[in-house]
Amino acid sequence: MLKGMFSKPENMRMYWKEFMHQCSEIGIGSLGIVILISVFMGAVSAVQTAYQLVSPIIPQSTIAQIVRDTVILEFAPTLVCIVLAGVVGSKIASELGNMRVSEQIDALEIMGINTRAYLVMPKIVAALVTIPLLVVLSMVLGIWGGRLAGSAADILPTDVYDRGLLQNFVPYNVIFAMTKAYTFAFIISSIPAYYGYYVKGGALEIGRSSTKSVVVSCVMILFADYILAQILLSHP
Amino acid sequence: MITFNHIKKSFGDKIVLNDVGHVMETGKCNLIIGTSGSGKTVLQKCLVGLFEPDSGDIIYDDISFTRMNDEERKQLRQQIGMLFQGSALFDSMTVEQNVMFPLDMFTRLAYNEKLKRVNEVLDRVNLIEANKKYPAEISGGMKKRVGIARAIVLNPKYLFCDEPNSGLDPQTSMVIDKLILDITKEFGMTTVINTHDMNSVMEIGENILYMYQGQKEWSGNNKEIIFSKNERLNAFIFASEFLQDAKDMRMLEARGKISDDRNMDEMLK
Repeated sequence: MLKGMFSKPENMRMYWKEFMHQCSEIGIGSLGIVILISVFMGAVSAVQTAYQLVSPIIPQSTIAQIVRDTVILEFAPTLVCIVLAGVVGSKIASELGNMRVSEQIDALEIMGINTRAYLVMPKIVAALVTIPLLVVLSMVLGIWGGRLAGSAADILPTDVYDRGLLQNFVPYNVIFAMTKAYTFAFIISSIPAYYGYYVKGGALEIGRSSTKSVVVSCVMILFADYILAQILLSHP
Repeated sequence: MITFNHIKKSFGDKIVLNDVGHVMETGKCNLIIGTSGSGKTVLQKCLVGLFEPDSGDIIYDDISFTRMNDEERKQLRQQIGMLFQGSALFDSMTVEQNVMFPLDMFTRLAYNEKLKRVNEVLDRVNLIEANKKYPAEISGGMKKRVGIARAIVLNPKYLFCDEPNSGLDPQTSMVIDKLILDITKEFGMTTVINTHDMNSVMEIGENILYMYQGQKEWSGNNKEIIFSKNERLNAFIFASEFLQDAKDMRMLEARGKISDDRNMDEMLK
């Protein structure tokens, strides 16, 4: 499928239009859920870290460091992408599956359009553009959520939290997180696209392939998460 | 004109098309008929390139379709329009956007020119005031008309219709048949229709290919089909007692035994 995506576009303007449409669908369409889970993820992370750090010799600012690193390294890229695998993945699989079953893909083929290039590539490229941006947004909101919860629950003052955020910050963690974000974005878009594009049967099969694509995407995200951590964090 | 020779197609061990050949004539409604599973849909999909035949040759006018590379096929496909069984309209687009889509993709016309052309073809298929409606908001017959409009918007040389009457009432079916026939004559297209609707066969079947178990069983036109001696074809055509009676009447009529003042019971005795 991926090999067939690369051909000369029939009309670049139409491809661009489709790409922008997909950016809107994937990026703007997932904004709400990403904001919601990111803020709560950071908040819960702050509360639970404070609950576990009971020793008086550990400074309060450590909570901020732990929230920051947990959010950047794992929660923002992995957790958000697993949620996006459900939201975006099922949408891509069911959209393409419906187009396949209702012969819309055949109709495009008959017109002389490379459907893999026109339907699949804009989705993958849009995911590669928007999902890392959503992950960055999630990092910011997660850390902000931790700050909000820390101050609201009287766990630590905001100035201590802010100071903690700047202590022992490793910029490489962000590079690692973005590497994961790009990898997961590819998984989230390409696997459901494959399952949707090649679906056979009727409405029931669209549902099945959509569910299967989400499950496979989630497993692949977790697997890739482990492999990337092994490769990129073993020798920083 | 579309000529195909010795077309074979199998799916695994199952042979679906076995040495099928025929000529689809220009300016005529060419019908592929047969029972379900006879291979007519697979044949049509082979003709348009959605399936690759295992062997055989498909020739569009003087150019071999089977020997074309991908780029050449893409060029030829811009001269092909197809009406699908379920119309295959893009759900997320309005009627106007659906019909305009091929123009958007393959022409550099200004929006107003494209809109003018869209309105022309929608008017041609007698579909007005539905431009802004979505496929989910229109009836089955209207969807077929939009499908036809989209198929002819680029002035194709070849028009393929897969079961154009499926899911339509007899009256609407006749309207669609007449529309396809008129468009074929008006634009001088080579139209290939895949159907098992006998009304269509009798109304517009100018060149009929009857398929039986993946093979060409009979060919002729709607005048000849009634008097065919082919038993399999007769079993297909006259599947109902009513149609058999109708055939008997036509036979009697042909022999000049029926007066204008008909008495069916008397005639069938």
